[in-house]
Amino acid sequence: MPGKSRAAWQTGLPIAGVALLVVWMFLFAARTDLDSGTTTHRQPGFDSAAVSASVAGINATWKISPQPLPATQETATADKPPIEFAGRADDLQILRRLHLAMIGMAPSLEEVRAFETLATPDRLSVWTTRLLNDPRTGEYLAQRLGKVFVGIDDGQFIVFRRDRFTQWLAAELLADRPYDQIVRQMIAEKGLWTGRPAGNFITAAVVGEEVDENKLAGRTARAFLGQRMDCAQCHDHFFAEWKQQDFEGLAAYFAPVQISAVGLEDQRDFQYSVDDAKSPEGKRNVALGVPFGKEWVAEQGTERERLAGWVTHTDNRRFDRAIVNRMWGLMFGRPLVEPVDDLPDPSEVPGTDTLDVLARDFLDHGRSLHRLIHVITQSEAFLRDSKHPSAETGEGIDAASESWAMFPLTRLRPEQTIGNMLQAWSLQTIDQNSHVFVRLFRLFRERDFLKEYGDTGEDELALFTGTIPQALLRMNGEFSRQLSEATPLSAPGRLAGLSNTNEELITGVFLACLTRRPTPEELRLIEESWRENPTSKGNLAEDLYWTLFNSPEFSWNH
Amino acid sequence: MIHQGQPHPGERHSRRRALALMGAGVLAFSATQLSPRLAMARGLERPKSLITVWLSGGPSQLETWDPHPGGKIGGPTQAIETSIPGARICEWYPQTAAILKDFCVVRSVVSKEGDHERGTYVVRTGFRPEPTVVHPSLGSIVYHELPRGNLEIPGHVSLGDGPFATKGGYLGEEATAFRVFDPGRNLQNLEAPVEAPRHARRLESLGKLSESFLEGRRHQIASSLHQKTIDAALKMMTSEQLKAFSLEEEPAALQAAYGDNSFGRGCLVARRLVETGVRAIDVTLNGFDTHANNFGLCKSQAGYLDPALASLVNDLKSRDLWNSTVVLVCGEFGRTPQINPLDGRDHWPNGFSLLLGGGGLASGRVLGATDPEGKKPPENPIEIPQIMATVLHVLGIDFHKEISTPIGRPIRLSTGSPATDLLATT
Repeated sequence: MPGKSRAAWQTGLPIAGVALLVVWMFLFAARTDLDSGTTTHRQPGFDSAAVSASVAGINATWKISPQPLPATQETATADKPPIEFAGRADDLQILRRLHLAMIGMAPSLEEVRAFETLATPDRLSVWTTRLLNDPRTGEYLAQRLGKVFVGIDDGQFIVFRRDRFTQWLAAELLADRPYDQIVRQMIAEKGLWTGRPAGNFITAAVVGEEVDENKLAGRTARAFLGQRMDCAQCHDHFFAEWKQQDFEGLAAYFAPVQISAVGLEDQRDFQYSVDDAKSPEGKRNVALGVPFGKEWVAEQGTERERLAGWVTHTDNRRFDRAIVNRMWGLMFGRPLVEPVDDLPDPSEVPGTDTLDVLARDFLDHGRSLHRLIHVITQSEAFLRDSKHPSAETGEGIDAASESWAMFPLTRLRPEQTIGNMLQAWSLQTIDQNSHVFVRLFRLFRERDFLKEYGDTGEDELALFTGTIPQALLRMNGEFSRQLSEATPLSAPGRLAGLSNTNEELITGVFLACLTRRPTPEELRLIEESWRENPTSKGNLAEDLYWTLFNSPEFSWNH
Repeated sequence: MIHQGQPHPGERHSRRRALALMGAGVLAFSATQLSPRLAMARGLERPKSLITVWLSGGPSQLETWDPHPGGKIGGPTQAIETSIPGARICEWYPQTAAILKDFCVVRSVVSKEGDHERGTYVVRTGFRPEPTVVHPSLGSIVYHELPRGNLEIPGHVSLGDGPFATKGGYLGEEATAFRVFDPGRNLQNLEAPVEAPRHARRLESLGKLSESFLEGRRHQIASSLHQKTIDAALKMMTSEQLKAFSLEEEPAALQAAYGDNSFGRGCLVARRLVETGVRAIDVTLNGFDTHANNFGLCKSQAGYLDPALASLVNDLKSRDLWNSTVVLVCGEFGRTPQINPLDGRDHWPNGFSLLLGGGGLASGRVLGATDPEGKKPPENPIEIPQIMATVLHVLGIDFHKEISTPIGRPIRLSTGSPATDLLATT
């Protein structure tokens, strides 16, 4: 550790951090028991050796995958040199990735210290388990997946319903309920949207007083199967195999649902028809139909129950491929295959590409999203450094990127940016146990910030560049100013007050903002600048916070 | 014709290609240069701009440009004569009545969306919402397609705070409007939070401390335009052109004529932005969702809209900017002919009104008509894509141009064709 003397925050925080973490874990376990009566703090229901075997299986796929097929030492030719894979990233860098992917903000200084007290080789896996049992993970992943499942439309009732849906989904994710069960409930739920929040998958598609079966059919295909069939609503798909009758048949499963005084219910013996100018009556009856795997449709149940069974059927490889690709995207910021909602058809021979191997592993292990996250985040690709010769020069970068030769650089989403800034402002972890002032501050400031910064919308994994208003907001915005101000309560102020030397202060700011220590060269530059323009520790902390908030490193997941 | 290197249909998505497309806008921020002569030009010689006056909530056509006094649907609203012979508008718009001859009044606009968010999307983009693509707004297209000159400030600006902000969509975030929530008063985030010397030191540190992160990632970070974006933001912070957002130089009498309120100031700032060379500007007036007390609320709204709109037109004309500035006045839909029990009117996309003028368009015409009984469809219905195509055409933009979206899907800027009656040559 740099520095000869250890400041109070350096010596005290690890102990205090661990103590707080223990208290927090205890409180969390007690509260969730009380809240739900079912959720308890628990160990994962899978053993680490089995996860390691799955990870090894995924790592091996880079050698068998037809797309991409990176040249290895054995297969390299003069025309096609071997792909050079980046080395393993630093543990703190990986810790930052885990936090950004799972709770949407970098770790607090308190958490960094607690992590560093773990001495076991599997500490990243231990920490992943800890995060998976953290309600913040459920809430954050539910928000991101919720955009895919129920959209981002505004409007008073839609917002309330979406909130209820997201709360329900967060609890399901926290409890690691098998994913197929979650989806079946979303598609087939009955009853009032307040008491049966899963049904808001359906109510989110209400236009006026009517449930829009076309919207639901399109969303079902995109969200659960990774297939865009929307254009087949009006005509046969131009490039894919989907026909208009495929789309209509799928929509027919949702057509009987209506909203009555008792909430969602399915009308019996309902005949679905669509407008058709070519028909003598101007309408045409449409039968239930699925575009493939007709044998997976059960004979019994309501239309929606039968559809839910078909979507989640164990032979429906599209279902598992879609979610593992999306979860890969949430962990990396970039899915294995793009676009995330328009995947190629599964290969005839299963297990010939990474997506298929991962999907099969997911299915074989109870469709546990927690386990899936473990497998993804322990894969070699996730652990690799983001530095790479091709990223430096641009030469061969396409092949390197497609081979996951280095961890992909992706810009932080707006809510990750504000989450990062807010967490850096506090030495302690900001969570449901934070002081009400902190939580309210986050609630209101986050909303204002997102309004100005802009949201990326429903397209969860879309690429985006930074904008000038965003740069202005980070540099000059009130939120940015408040969070970098050295006050008795803020991290800049506390770090300035508790550090004995500039080096301790600089190290603390770097860990709080970037989850890493400064390099010797960075320390030298900052000290040199400070000697040229001496200033108080408070001002130094403020200047460093401002600088790091605006640095590319802060704005990127790397 | 398909532009921007369209891949073959069905070609798989390339993230690098997508980033390159999106980055083009920011790079263009400081690229294409118009000559100072053109920047100072007036009349038809001047590069054209678009001002969209957005009436958020769905303005009642019966209480603005298409009253039907005396009948079942007209309510208590009276009509007045205007500068277009035979065309009468709501009595609460006397100043607009005087300048109405500079516009075409379209009274038969039809849409298929009666929900605020979806209706806004249709009128702002010309397309119905689709789950797999976000279409750019008219202003975003204008920003994207027209040269931005020697601008140091954003080329697409939204003045005022309204719901359902428009987006650049597949044209990229940089085509999204720069939002000014309180026009003429408070330009947010443009002043450094510390004094200049300290700010300079911070910037110097930023450059130095960014270096270690760049190592091993230099090409990728450069292609992300992070530094270019910061440079453009810094350039804007110190630009003389920022004065366009300020009303300090405007005579008090003129400010009063526009109205001392957010919308009035927004319209005046819009004129200043046009003068500076900004090509696409939105000014929003909220409050037209009159489900109850329609007549009281509409009269109140007219108190803001009438003086500001008339002043804007007169101001543009007096500075010889009218023929180079298209002004579109519209909302997401109209209101029902029927008056509900709360003395309000509900959503009505089946025949509503808008004003369109300037920029070399036709003027003094009334297009379409609605049924005085509110039962029949409007005569000569005009759809939103026609309005979009008309505006793009008069601005010199190929409205049928196909743009390849970041995922390789070719989409036309507009699916409509210009409404010939709105063009000056017909």
